[in-house]
Amino acid sequence: MSVDLSQFIPSFLEESFEGLELMESSLLNLEQGDDETINSIFRAAHSIKGGAGTFGFEHVTEFTHLVETLLDEMRDGRREITQNDVELLLKSVDCMRLLIEAIRDEQECDRTEIDETAKLLTIALNQTASVDVDNNETGSGTTNQQVTQNTLWDITFIPEHHLVQTGNDPLLLFNALADLGPITVEANCKDLPPITDIDPTELYISWHLTLDSAASEEDIREVFEWVEDECQLIISQPVKDQQDSQQPEEIVIDKQGGDFTSVSSASDSSEQVLASAVADNASSTLESTTTTKSQKQPSKTKADVGSIRVGVDKVDSLINLVGELVITQSMLSELGNDFDLSKIERLTSGLEQLLQNTKELQESVMRIRMLPISFAFNRFPRLVHDLSNKMNKEIELVLKGEQTELDKTVMEQIGDPLTHLVRNAVDHGIETAEQRLASGKPAKGVITLDAYHQGGSIVIEISDDGSGINRQAVFDKAVEKGVVDKNTVLNDNQVFDLIFEPGFSTAKEISDISGRGVGMDVVKKNIQSLGGRIQVESEPGKGSTFKVNLPLTLAILDGQLVRVGSETYIIPLITIVESLQAKPEHINRVSGDMLLYRLREDNVPIIPVCKLFNIDAEHQRVEDALLVVVESDGQKVGLMVDDLLAQQQVVIKSLQDNYQQVEGISGATILGDGSVAMILDIPGMITMAMNNASQSQQKYGDIAKNLEGVMS
Amino acid sequence: MDIQALAADVPVEGEYSLEGIDFITSGEQYLTFMLNDEQYGIDILCVEEIRSWEVPTKIPNSPDDVCGVINMRGIIVPIIDLRKKFNIGEAVYSETTVVVVLTHEYEGVSRTIGFVVDAVSDVLDADESEIKKSPAFGGCVPQHCINGIVNVGDTVVTLLDVTSLQQLEPHYKR
Repeated sequence: MSVDLSQFIPSFLEESFEGLELMESSLLNLEQGDDETINSIFRAAHSIKGGAGTFGFEHVTEFTHLVETLLDEMRDGRREITQNDVELLLKSVDCMRLLIEAIRDEQECDRTEIDETAKLLTIALNQTASVDVDNNETGSGTTNQQVTQNTLWDITFIPEHHLVQTGNDPLLLFNALADLGPITVEANCKDLPPITDIDPTELYISWHLTLDSAASEEDIREVFEWVEDECQLIISQPVKDQQDSQQPEEIVIDKQGGDFTSVSSASDSSEQVLASAVADNASSTLESTTTTKSQKQPSKTKADVGSIRVGVDKVDSLINLVGELVITQSMLSELGNDFDLSKIERLTSGLEQLLQNTKELQESVMRIRMLPISFAFNRFPRLVHDLSNKMNKEIELVLKGEQTELDKTVMEQIGDPLTHLVRNAVDHGIETAEQRLASGKPAKGVITLDAYHQGGSIVIEISDDGSGINRQAVFDKAVEKGVVDKNTVLNDNQVFDLIFEPGFSTAKEISDISGRGVGMDVVKKNIQSLGGRIQVESEPGKGSTFKVNLPLTLAILDGQLVRVGSETYIIPLITIVESLQAKPEHINRVSGDMLLYRLREDNVPIIPVCKLFNIDAEHQRVEDALLVVVESDGQKVGLMVDDLLAQQQVVIKSLQDNYQQVEGISGATILGDGSVAMILDIPGMITMAMNNASQSQQKYGDIAKNLEGVMS
Repeated sequence: MDIQALAADVPVEGEYSLEGIDFITSGEQYLTFMLNDEQYGIDILCVEEIRSWEVPTKIPNSPDDVCGVINMRGIIVPIIDLRKKFNIGEAVYSETTVVVVLTHEYEGVSRTIGFVVDAVSDVLDADESEIKKSPAFGGCVPQHCINGIVNVGDTVVTLLDVTSLQQLEPHYKR
């Protein structure tokens, strides 16, 4: 056969990783006697083993087989599901991941951990072999077959003609069967067409096999699992006197097996009908994998193609929209064929339609990049499970709003900060069981991850019901570190915000007194670089909540175009509080050079954009210019601009790709006329203005402090 | 029809006349351009395109030699005036003023930057043996930007190093 299997390796890898994730999350939810969960874990392991066998990745097949055997015992009810087993299986999942990652990277992986786990698995399996008989009543009648009793199986295998084109090789199947026991193979060539009609890529032969083995129907069926869809398979167990039965006990094979992705779908009821011969089988099939020797070396394709799975509905709507676009386009081009002024109205409406189509198309395309946040949440059950074991705390993790959709890029970058926050919640938030009981709370702590949409952004909340943040300890620490003055009066929020100060990041002691504080500045920085923000709420004794606000997408931004001198800048609409014409009576000059604008009760510092960016502006005086009041981190400032232009959605382009990061600028975009405009980075501009002020005064005490004082 | 005769008319691969096409050279090729009345050259393989001058969008607080950024088919490309960078001649923008856009990969990062020059002049073939070391006797162009010099007729062409050219100066800290 000449099908190049290597082209399927990337999808095998992708599906295997998905399978591993499913196994992991199911294992964490595993409860005694939960058939459906065990089945889904088993199926995932089985698919990985099957796939690995097809491609000749023996390490994976061997190892997964052990895991599968253990799982098989569990689902047969021949093995109690103990916490130890679950831990062992989790460890095995890690090992399988290592193995598969090694395939992806085309590298050798470290075998020590894998060999160790394999040994543990074998030991665990040997234990059950001896208790096997005790657990008879839990299994159905057929599971009690004596493993030593061999049966003569009749197998009729009639492949579809295109079987070999799908990359299956009957020889491999027979080799796999031969590992179950002695086998005789008879070929049946009666379907062979006249030689003139023979297509060399088609398979016309069918086979009749006899297998003398202790294996169950299930085991035999497993061998054929990958070709179920492409063959007729009749497996019969002749009566003891070996008469050929005319009415064989047929096993109807449903059309589920061949599909990798169906692993997670509903239970395959036929799989519940189980046979046994597991313990014995374990050792024999271990050797069997060597016979399916690898024929193809892993190809040099880069596995990490960064593909995403997109729902068919999303693609369908895209196709519909493209269809509409094509119709509009043809209408417009027909209109242009012999155009005269009388048709101008139709032209306008046509253009309007085009605008509508483009907008919808853009939205649809953006939607394709959106993934449910469960992709980011998935790693947490395992993390919390491991951490709580390590720290001897009882913790329940509650996930909410997992279907909330988020841009893929944001998702990739939010993972680490979230992990940090969850780890903090486990580490410092939740108390030990004794402490909890002492303070009248249930021994089991709860960490909740919640995601929901709010306006144009997504909110992720990480909350725990632990001890909360010790306000005084944080404040004292801040004083000690010189972040705040001893006499400053701060409200709760301002105190909690202190934990995001860089000064706290290295402070180990704080985790002992109050919790939190390790690397929180990095978390904040990461979130801010995504255009998001983070807030803390905490109540002593009741717990803390970290609220992360993120933009839905990084690629597109709603912007207000403003003009300063001859330059056009874009202010992110989300930061704008209001825009106004400055009234002279509301402008105050304080502390020498600083400008304040009285906005109702607030005093808002004014930042002249022209001075900050060193450019010419039409209006140098505040009284003539327009003020755009923007807010960042709870601080309001008024940006002095010459003119307000349109509001529009802009596509964000990076300045760093070809240039470097520019202070006060978060990126650039291309406007309708093809020119480039800079997008303002409001937090950056505020920092810039504050630095400028402090530098010009040399002494930190003067203007900057006033500025801060007013802002707070 | 006489197939043999027809086949004879079909030129065998490689038999095409290469006369007049000057693309086979022994050494490297350089694009030469003018800064004031001096000749400079850069590796031609780095040249992405040559554009006429257009006024770019300013970058706030950028060094003097950075004119700003332009939109080159959807990519944001910074423009640096080589005359200002090297302090050669006057930075005037006339009809012959052009922007040479260079793409160069350095340490795994590919950057595209446009450089303003007075005019592009020629393509120069220079064998490695012809490239001499540039004597370090002052001059406005920093030594690390120079790969060597080549004699072309009576004039001397200074070959510039693209990696060094693309090194950006940090912004002002005010």
